[in-house]
Amino acid sequence: MTEAFALVDCNNFYVSCERVFDAGLAGKPVVVLSNNDGCVVARSPEAKALGIGMGVPLFKIRHLVEAHGVKVYSSNYALYGDMSQRVMGVLQSFTPDVEIYSIDEAFMQLAVRPHGDSPVPRAPGREIRERVRHDTGVPVTVGIAETKTLAKLANHLAKNSKKAGGVLDLTDSPYREVALERTPVEEVWGIGTAYAKLLRQKGIRTALQLRDVDVAWARRAMTVVGARVVLELRGVSCLPLESCPPSKKSLTCSRTFGRSTSSLPDLREAVACYATRVAEKLRRARLAAGVVTVFVHTDRFSQGAQYFNAGTHTLAYPTDSTHEIMRCALDALERIFRAGFDYRKAGVMLNSLSPADQLTLRMFGDERAERFRQVLLTVDQLNRKWGRDTVRFATANPVGNWRTKIERRSPRYTTRLGEVLTIN
Amino acid sequence: MDDSVAGVYLPDRRTRWARPLILCRVPAGFPSPAEDYVEGRIDLNRDLIKHPLSTFYIRVSGDSMVGAGIMPGALLVVDRAVEAYDGHIVVARINDELCVKRLSMGDDGRIWLLSENEHYRPIEITEEMEFEVWGRVIYSISTH
Repeated sequence: MTEAFALVDCNNFYVSCERVFDAGLAGKPVVVLSNNDGCVVARSPEAKALGIGMGVPLFKIRHLVEAHGVKVYSSNYALYGDMSQRVMGVLQSFTPDVEIYSIDEAFMQLAVRPHGDSPVPRAPGREIRERVRHDTGVPVTVGIAETKTLAKLANHLAKNSKKAGGVLDLTDSPYREVALERTPVEEVWGIGTAYAKLLRQKGIRTALQLRDVDVAWARRAMTVVGARVVLELRGVSCLPLESCPPSKKSLTCSRTFGRSTSSLPDLREAVACYATRVAEKLRRARLAAGVVTVFVHTDRFSQGAQYFNAGTHTLAYPTDSTHEIMRCALDALERIFRAGFDYRKAGVMLNSLSPADQLTLRMFGDERAERFRQVLLTVDQLNRKWGRDTVRFATANPVGNWRTKIERRSPRYTTRLGEVLTIN
Repeated sequence: MDDSVAGVYLPDRRTRWARPLILCRVPAGFPSPAEDYVEGRIDLNRDLIKHPLSTFYIRVSGDSMVGAGIMPGALLVVDRAVEAYDGHIVVARINDELCVKRLSMGDDGRIWLLSENEHYRPIEITEEMEFEVWGRVIYSISTH
């Protein structure tokens, strides 16, 4: 029994989630917009066929939307997050060795049945695909190979091939060379634009050519990262499964406002909300922050006067308390705010993160801070149980008129009882 | 006397077991006869939903299934992981619409979707329809 990696990737994930609950969307062009209904972040194959690109702002495709009846949705992150957990849960029923790589992608480590005379596929790629589709309604593509880099490549090829039927297993496959030859070098996982340019200058255009370069040269030209890519393409696994994600370097909560505002009270409300949100994330990750940064900017698409600024506040001791983070954020906001500009976006970023369990090692054991921390952890529990913002700071008004636009959001079918799908 | 510690064992707190607190005072010598029988309370989430990953809730608006006890406004508990066969109540997709019906598969290979209300006609699934069983209705909840 040997091991192989599978990369499981949900097809047009956000669109697929909408389609599970709205049978009328099958076969129709559908797009999902980014936060604040700005740009296209997911497209159905029919929308791609109309020439709608990734990241295009809605106003640039208005004519296509009207001419072809494209269905346009706001992002419904409550739904996508829940459906993602369901998909990942089904994958974990095959093996506990699952690395959740993003909301719609996961690596799995699979046992491969020994090589025999039987022509049946050896890794359960098709079973995985069918089970996820059956149990959750979400279609996925599966790429399987000896290394993560090859699995990613196999997945990419499977996605673009009708014949593959959503699954491509390259372990010990006679098609391996063809697959590598058909993959342009810039599409190899880990090769960014800079390395792709360098490789093309050297005449290396395909993944196959990259596989056959001298590893020592790759190491000199592209550091250890490049050398690893070459080895991985040869089937030598250098990138293990990362079941626990590496600890985060920074946490951010930022949004574009539903409409511009020039008022400091509006900005204070927004920043207080984002500070609350990011502090919740911080406590969920059991981290504490040493540096709080606030940024604001005007609408870069507008004709009006432009202003961008960020303010940073360094704390004497790391903290995970909403009130401390909020106070730093509001202080920084007062410092960078300039009257007379129409602000369109603000955010709060936390840096210099450390594990929260070291908080108790504060030099002067601060009993009041510790008591307040318990209050906040209780508030988190209440909000988890009864819904977001059940208990909140008065400054953080979540229904302020700066609120993000979500005009075309579908119902939160799986997370709100009042919004479940209704049928006849 | 040897009072050295042989080992320190941390409690395993991964499982949760909610138990009713017994607040009555127990007179010495007469322990509550129920004491040995205290157990976890019934948790419908755990006991009714076998496949949480594939279970969805769907609200019914119409009256086509009243004969099966599914009243307008009922909340369906739908499991996609279990297979549906002849006689099961299912959420089905016909073309652009999802509906709740009883699945009927005849020996002749024909498939029908039946309502449980005489005002609705049976629907035969034909070649030109797009048809799919979305999930099987395992429970329905109505207010009484």
